[in-house]
Amino acid sequence: MTVSALVTPPVLTVDRLCVDARTPEGLRRVIDDISFALAVGETLCIAGESGSGKSVTSLAIMGLLPKASLQIAAGSISLQGRELSRLSNSAMRSVRGGDIAMVFQEPMTSLNPVMSIGTQLTEAIREHQGSEGKSAEAVALRMLDAVEMTEPARRLKQFPHELSGGMRQRVMIAMALSCRPKVLIADEPTTALDVTVQAQILKLINGLKREFGASIILITHDMGVVAQMADRVVIMQSGRIIEQGDVVPLFNAPRERYTRELLAAVPRLGAHAGTDGPPRVSPQTAPNPPLDPQPILTVQKLAVTYGRATGWLFGKTPSLPVVSDVSFEILPGQTLGLVGESGSGKSTTGKAVLGLIPLDGNVVIDGRNIGGLSQRQMRPVRRCAQMIFQDPYASLDPRMAVGAAIAEPLIIHGLANKGERDDRVAELLRRVGLPPEAASRYPHEFSGGQRQRICIARALTLGPKLIVADESVAALDVSVRGRVLDLMLELQETMGLAYLLISHDMAVIERMSHNVAVMRSGRIVEMGSRRAVFEDPQDAYTRALMKAVPIPDPERRQAS
Amino acid sequence: MRVLKMMVRQPAALFGLFIVVLVMALAVAAPLIAPYSPDEQMFDGLTLEGAPMPPGGQFLLGTDTLGRDLFSRLLYGARTSLLIGLVANGIAVSIGLLIGILAGYLRGIFGNILMRFTDLMMAFPALLLAIVLAALLRPSLWIVAMVIALVNWVQVARIVYTETRGLVERDFILAERSLGAGHVRILFHHILPHLMPTAIVWGTLGIATTVLLEATLSFLGIGVQPPQPSWGNIIFESQSYFQAAPWLVFIPGAIILLTALSFNLVGDALRDILDPTQRGRG
Repeated sequence: MTVSALVTPPVLTVDRLCVDARTPEGLRRVIDDISFALAVGETLCIAGESGSGKSVTSLAIMGLLPKASLQIAAGSISLQGRELSRLSNSAMRSVRGGDIAMVFQEPMTSLNPVMSIGTQLTEAIREHQGSEGKSAEAVALRMLDAVEMTEPARRLKQFPHELSGGMRQRVMIAMALSCRPKVLIADEPTTALDVTVQAQILKLINGLKREFGASIILITHDMGVVAQMADRVVIMQSGRIIEQGDVVPLFNAPRERYTRELLAAVPRLGAHAGTDGPPRVSPQTAPNPPLDPQPILTVQKLAVTYGRATGWLFGKTPSLPVVSDVSFEILPGQTLGLVGESGSGKSTTGKAVLGLIPLDGNVVIDGRNIGGLSQRQMRPVRRCAQMIFQDPYASLDPRMAVGAAIAEPLIIHGLANKGERDDRVAELLRRVGLPPEAASRYPHEFSGGQRQRICIARALTLGPKLIVADESVAALDVSVRGRVLDLMLELQETMGLAYLLISHDMAVIERMSHNVAVMRSGRIVEMGSRRAVFEDPQDAYTRALMKAVPIPDPERRQAS
Repeated sequence: MRVLKMMVRQPAALFGLFIVVLVMALAVAAPLIAPYSPDEQMFDGLTLEGAPMPPGGQFLLGTDTLGRDLFSRLLYGARTSLLIGLVANGIAVSIGLLIGILAGYLRGIFGNILMRFTDLMMAFPALLLAIVLAALLRPSLWIVAMVIALVNWVQVARIVYTETRGLVERDFILAERSLGAGHVRILFHHILPHLMPTAIVWGTLGIATTVLLEATLSFLGIGVQPPQPSWGNIIFESQSYFQAAPWLVFIPGAIILLTALSFNLVGDALRDILDPTQRGRG
């Protein structure tokens, strides 16, 4: 916080705000008595896990609460002394975009796909400034330049799908800032972006804050981003403010227990420096069983090409190599971390390894080459190699009870009778830390972390030796993420599982892996032991990846 | 039992269920309830001028232009119309489900052929097709039901196809494949249950349209053959006397409307009750 912030009155004040949700059982309070102030030129981070009410807070400020389900019950929101919560819709419209602008998480869905970038930008500018024709276009061009877009003139004519995620987010920011708002609310602006792009966007927001003199409310779940960006922090949980204060004292000496837990759960890159394998989590101190020198998975010159299928009437579609010349092996009981950004081909590699998509090259699982095997011939292989997906909700059939879903692999492989299946389900549920009653419930009745435990139980049903885990904790809150990772480590120690762990998150990879492979554009650019890759990266891209990871320590903030 | 219990808790569904059961019971018990034979042309069923009798008096719902008792004809007509509505429509939904799910799941050449065939059927005027089919085969109740089924499956197939394509892309289907599940298991355990809401809604919506399509066919002389009554042909036979004897159109019309509405109410409730993802919610 700067000295001037103490003298000048805050630009935005939220005072004892309460928001109620309408449910069939009556009103339920989702935001409970929160108060904070945003000083001029300040970046305030609202941090919290899913369901903490951080996004509802931002929608309330913007006057965008869906009327049918949410309403402000009490309190005030004032922008430089002007009360916003009781403004009419039309008055609020001129505030939105004019005085307060917002940037959303997913730039693809917040841009209109059938309008050119230029049209969308100039429309926003005309709406609030009334500038005509050429001048709006000139402003649009200037804005694209300000957000450091390459070739701004050409971008004006392009459509959202022609831009990358990072460029789209730049357009959103340009649109938001084009009317020089006093307050910019950014709701998880970089969550959907790659880590190197995230670093660029965060740097850009910091630069623009000074240039445009806007105050920023940044909503995020990522404590690394908070440490990187915030002047002050508001920590929210279940609709309440747990703690707020300047960023450095809050990180160094959190007062509340929840804040301490939240900060402790944040994985820190470099936390495992100097050790070889992942930390041991199970209580017994016996060393890992002697490693079988025979790899459980060998991949040689793997290549995957999309678009080979011939369409009826339309002939061949052009083929596009997604993965080429990928080779690695995994020993029993070990983890290979496959890290890379979106589009690097890491998920495709994971699917190809399990024979879920057509592939070239050799994939040998437990001594069997899966190339050219039919579905039926693949069955015995599937018993020893399983997959855990990114989104535990999407990868469970919503219409199948949890117990049936966990027992299903046994039915598919014809392995057990009804009684044995029930016993196995109960045992697996216990193994992943869920009560046996969970078996009769449906996926939507569980939280994200619980659902991922169910997916893990399901993958374990057949007693596999290898599990491919594709971004398996990416959709989870940070505190839950840690517990699920611990569970995975524990299962590895007790059952001798090997993991192919696919992730974009360097900290997750560091914590879990014995060996690491870095992928970019369908190839492995660097591979080695975890220690070698993390402590002495050879490839420039690996170094760039590591440098881009936000450090959850405000005192080590990278100069911007 | 659980389904019934949950249905009783919703007033709209309960109302629908009551009407559906009532109509079915009346149709089954028609010979016991009907005061007259549905085909009997009665001398005192017409006024001295030869006009049909209005409702009330000797004939509860009046008589038609031939002096037949409308109430009795409606009771017997319910048998025809319900049979057409349930059977013809059930067959149509089943064919549509089968073709849509296969085309959506298999894709490739086979899926393409199935869908182009569906498009062709869709482009073809349904009524014309029905007329041709009915003319080739000697009209009877069962033939009419078949004809209607063959015309009505197309929309169901289209919708099911689109939904199946979406489902196939979902992660849980990939998860099934990674477990080694075969096509049959994926189709019947993981795709079909998700299509049930669509099938139920289309099935119940289709009842009204099917009853009316049968009436159209009857009007053209290729549907249920007179003197056998159906709700549809009662309306069509009498429509030219609409001004003189409005009850002949209004009463069966209202009954079709009420029955169709009731089936829809039951269908909607069934869809929600059978959906496990709704369990434990509002």
